[in-house]
Amino acid sequence: MIEMKGVYKTYPNGVTALNGVNVTINKGEFVYVVGPSGAGKSTFIKMMYRQEKPSRGSVTINGVNLTTLKERKVPYLRRDIGVVFQDFKLLPKLTVYENIAFALEVIEDSPKKIRRKVMDVLDLVKLKNKARFLPDELSGGEQQRISIARAIVNRPSLVIADEPTGNLDPDTSWDIMRIFEEINSRGTTVVMATHSKEIVNTLKKRVIAIENGRIVRDELRGEYGYEN
Amino acid sequence: MKIRTLGRHFREGGKNILRNGWMTLASVGAVTTTLILVGLFLMLMLNLNQIAENVERDVEIKVLIDLTAEEQQINELEQQLRNIPEVSIVQFSSKEDELNQLIESMGEDGQAFELFEQDNPLNDAFIVKTEDPIDTFQVAEQIQTFDYVSEVAYAEDVIRKLFTFNEYARYVGLGFIIALILTAVFLVSNTIKITIMARSKEIGIMKLVGATNSFIRWPFFIEGLLMGILGSILPIGLVMGGYYYLYQNLTDRIQFPFVELLPYHPFAYQLSLILLAIGAFIGVWGSVMSIRKFLKV
Ligand SMILES: Nc1ncnc2c1ncn2[C@@H]1O[C@H](COP(=O)(O)OP(=O)(O)OP(=O)(O)O)[C@@H](O)[C@H]1O
Ligand SMILES: [Mg+2]
Repeated sequence: MIEMKGVYKTYPNGVTALNGVNVTINKGEFVYVVGPSGAGKSTFIKMMYRQEKPSRGSVTINGVNLTTLKERKVPYLRRDIGVVFQDFKLLPKLTVYENIAFALEVIEDSPKKIRRKVMDVLDLVKLKNKARFLPDELSGGEQQRISIARAIVNRPSLVIADEPTGNLDPDTSWDIMRIFEEINSRGTTVVMATHSKEIVNTLKKRVIAIENGRIVRDELRGEYGYEN
Repeated sequence: MKIRTLGRHFREGGKNILRNGWMTLASVGAVTTTLILVGLFLMLMLNLNQIAENVERDVEIKVLIDLTAEEQQINELEQQLRNIPEVSIVQFSSKEDELNQLIESMGEDGQAFELFEQDNPLNDAFIVKTEDPIDTFQVAEQIQTFDYVSEVAYAEDVIRKLFTFNEYARYVGLGFIIALILTAVFLVSNTIKITIMARSKEIGIMKLVGATNSFIRWPFFIEGLLMGILGSILPIGLVMGGYYYLYQNLTDRIQFPFVELLPYHPFAYQLSLILLAIGAFIGVWGSVMSIRKFLKV
């Protein structure tokens, strides 16, 4: 599913964020990416949806080599990848329903399909009763659920999350984790960067630890391994 | 592209226009000002061109025959004139004809010349016309070299002046208009830049969920197009109304036979189409500039 070979990333300002990364993530896996701040977790994740290109090495997703992928093909790659961020990235003037439908409208899905898919996903994240609310009228946890709904509404085979619970209290975080678990149990690959020791140590999954741009640890059912 | 998608792009483009009202108004105003001036300029230039052409069509060369020339030599000269390939008409005009014409053209004052009827000081002449008015200068110069030609006259000055004025006006007007168009393009592109900035979050999400680049660009492209078209409405109205007024009121009052305005139909319609096209062009150019520079997709 995801394969990185000898990946280096040096940003234009000279900072080297990835320093020779080799990794394979299989279809259906659930992977935590952990490590100190500035270690390169976000950069590692950005390689997967082609937000950044490697300076050296290759990244392959579902058999597609992102290093050589033509610029105009990138949108089609992203239709099969859902991305979730710490700060939700919702549009404040659109309702819950519209925020999710937006993701399908801009890839020119038909109105009928859009309606059905949005209703299904609202069901999954348990926000059907708030479909007409604006994001500002919801709690942080609910907003994050909308953002997850938007990421998965097109049924991507890979969901990437960069500290999705970073802004949420522990209880709310567990709500979010339950959704990721649910998605994963349906066969979707999940890659999640996180600073939450509690989550990693409780809900045991594969753990990839990055320090100074290198993978220093890669264990199935691993531990968080840092003192937060 | 699907109709539904096109509809969405137009809706979004329209929303953009309403979103930053004052900037849009300034841009549309710039397009309007530009097009009004373009309209006036074209109205003037195209009519002047027409007049110049009419005058040109009437250009004739008068070849004064040397007083010493005998009938035989006059005939030879006529033959020579007819042999110039560019020449279409050669007409003999005796010195009596010439005097009558002179007297006629002077009106009241012409009577003074009637004294000359006994002892006519004028020359016999040939009136020569060329097939193409452009060749007038060159043919006149050639005739100058023939025997028994005392003088070659043609409305050199009038033509030259009309042409030079025309050319001057054209360059000055063109320079002015290009500057105005550039200003309008700049204002439009600046407005669109502001819309792009205002929608950057939305654009970011669109990219994230896999909208194609052209899908993201379209609404801004349409925003520019709409601004250009909105800017051309008033100028088109003014051209249609103004030219109608001019045409109605001037046509009968103009005395000179070669001065006649281009007919309202189709000229006013053609001009309106040109203004619409220039307006749309300004809008599209402005949006393309901004999209290229600020929409990093
Ligand atoms: N766009 C960028 N331009 C320049 N340098 C960058 C850019 N993004 C990240 N970096 C640098 O690359 C290094 C790795 O950053 P990255 O965001 O991948 O770390 P991280 O592990 O996600 O950290 P955090 O846990 O704080 O989110 C850092 O030194 C950061 O300053
Ligand atoms: Mg990060």
